[in-house]
Amino acid sequence: MRAYWWKILTVLLLAYTLIGGMLFDVPRLPILNETIRAMHFHVTMWFGMILMLIGAVYYSIKYLRTNDLKNDDMALELTNAGILFGVLGIVTGMLWAKFTWGAYWSGDPKQNAAAIGLLIYFAYLILRNSLPDLHQRGRIGAVYNIFAFAAFIPLIFILPRMTDSLHPGNGGNPGFSAYDLDSGLRTVFYPAIIGWTLLGVWISTLRVRQKRLQRILEDQLINQ
Amino acid sequence: MKKWLVIFLFLVSLQGIAQDKIGITTDDYQNTSVEMADVMRSEGKIYVLVGIIGIVLGGILVYVVNTDRKISKLEEQFKDNSL
Repeated sequence: MRAYWWKILTVLLLAYTLIGGMLFDVPRLPILNETIRAMHFHVTMWFGMILMLIGAVYYSIKYLRTNDLKNDDMALELTNAGILFGVLGIVTGMLWAKFTWGAYWSGDPKQNAAAIGLLIYFAYLILRNSLPDLHQRGRIGAVYNIFAFAAFIPLIFILPRMTDSLHPGNGGNPGFSAYDLDSGLRTVFYPAIIGWTLLGVWISTLRVRQKRLQRILEDQLINQ
Repeated sequence: MKKWLVIFLFLVSLQGIAQDKIGITTDDYQNTSVEMADVMRSEGKIYVLVGIIGIVLGGILVYVVNTDRKISKLEEQFKDNSL
């Protein structure tokens, strides 16, 4: 395993997230009660997703500049891991909403926007797979990925804030950044973001490496 | 250098945005009128929960590490005839 120190860091951070997230003292807030601990597991999914999607945009731009398929692989797999985190984020959000907002899905602007954002990224995968040529797929995928990110950020950060929303941080509700400012929660929250993001990046790199091996094998079979 | 300066200033500005939010005070930690899982904690059952989730998380991580090793081995084999 090459340069594996960050993988050890991932394991340590996730272990710390679990233990600290479950055992450390948390502020006693009405409605949220003990579920405030979900912050280290639900909110971090979205943070991780966005960090990975930023990485995907970076590699998409890099692919457009270099035409190197390695960059396209990274962009695709970071997006895949990001989508996985996004789906986990929306499902955990639904469960959390059931016990704090009263329903799994209340058609809240934040929920709807998050769902639209995920659909945009599902379309990315379908668009890619509908193109047989590798380089065409890479180029169109990269351009779409950049625009998808540019649509995703306003969808989940800006639009829900312009209307009434149940979600913290929107429509006059105090944000989780208020809780985030609390030093007690922050000691777990920030390491949790890094830990979950690193896990997503780790899984992405595994899939990229598998894909490269597959490509070498295919080239050998063709050139036999 | 310039890039790091921009990133640094961006992070500083994030703190500025966060200032207008309602903060949590130390009173919130002592507010016993809000119901929490205190009994579960006093009985120590929370450690059972931490243990179970820990085993699940540990199992998944072992699986990821094993996958990593397998791919590394394959990469070694492919090294000789890589393109």
